[in-house]
Amino acid sequence: MDGFGSDFSSGAGSGKMDTGTIMEQVKVQIAVANAQELLQRMTDKCFKKCIGKPGGTLDNSEQVTVMPVYFICRLMGWYMKCNFKPQIRCTFEHANVMLWDWVMLTDIFVCLLQKCIAMCMDRYMDAWNTVSRAYNSRLQRERARI
Amino acid sequence: MAFDQSSASASENAEASELQMMIAVEQQKAQFEAQVHTFTDVCWDKCMDKPSSKLNSRTDTCLASCVERFIDTTLTITNRFTHMVQKGGMH
Repeated sequence: MDGFGSDFSSGAGSGKMDTGTIMEQVKVQIAVANAQELLQRMTDKCFKKCIGKPGGTLDNSEQVTVMPVYFICRLMGWYMKCNFKPQIRCTFEHANVMLWDWVMLTDIFVCLLQKCIAMCMDRYMDAWNTVSRAYNSRLQRERARI
Repeated sequence: MAFDQSSASASENAEASELQMMIAVEQQKAQFEAQVHTFTDVCWDKCMDKPSSKLNSRTDTCLASCVERFIDTTLTITNRFTHMVQKGGMH
């Protein structure tokens, strides 16, 4: 964060900041506000996408609910792998899977949730960029007409 | 970018107005980004059904169209509203 804490270059006792410092601070403030807005909206959308109502199904939608995790665990027996993306893998190998092994279920739940959120964040950023480009080109078209 | 040591008000005014212009440019950029946030918010709900692996071209087109239609709608409403007010229909 350049510009914070830098000396004020002043005339004789006038105490003025130079233009560069002021502009830097303005840009930083705007960037911070922008980031906050982005995070807030992203969190809202991805929460809704990834945390479904209890009782939903964990099919291709990759919504994470509590109930189906039990069923997956039961079906898969003592071995489970989530391979949505190369970067994030949830691998759980247990010799004996007890249906009520809460620690393991929680781990799976958390892992799936993290993957869903990570994917959602990527998609939201892609969407943001697409929208930005579309809006920009529309503005340019409007300006060309005037 | 140190200030001229002289206290001539002309140079100070020039600096001040240049600063104002630069800040206005930044404000315009910020307004653009705020609009993008709004559009993304609305169009995400319209165009994204499931958080799938890639942003496919169908979603891409949907988002672009959504932005265009949103702007068209805003313009239509603004124009029609202005019309209504001018006609004195709003009391």
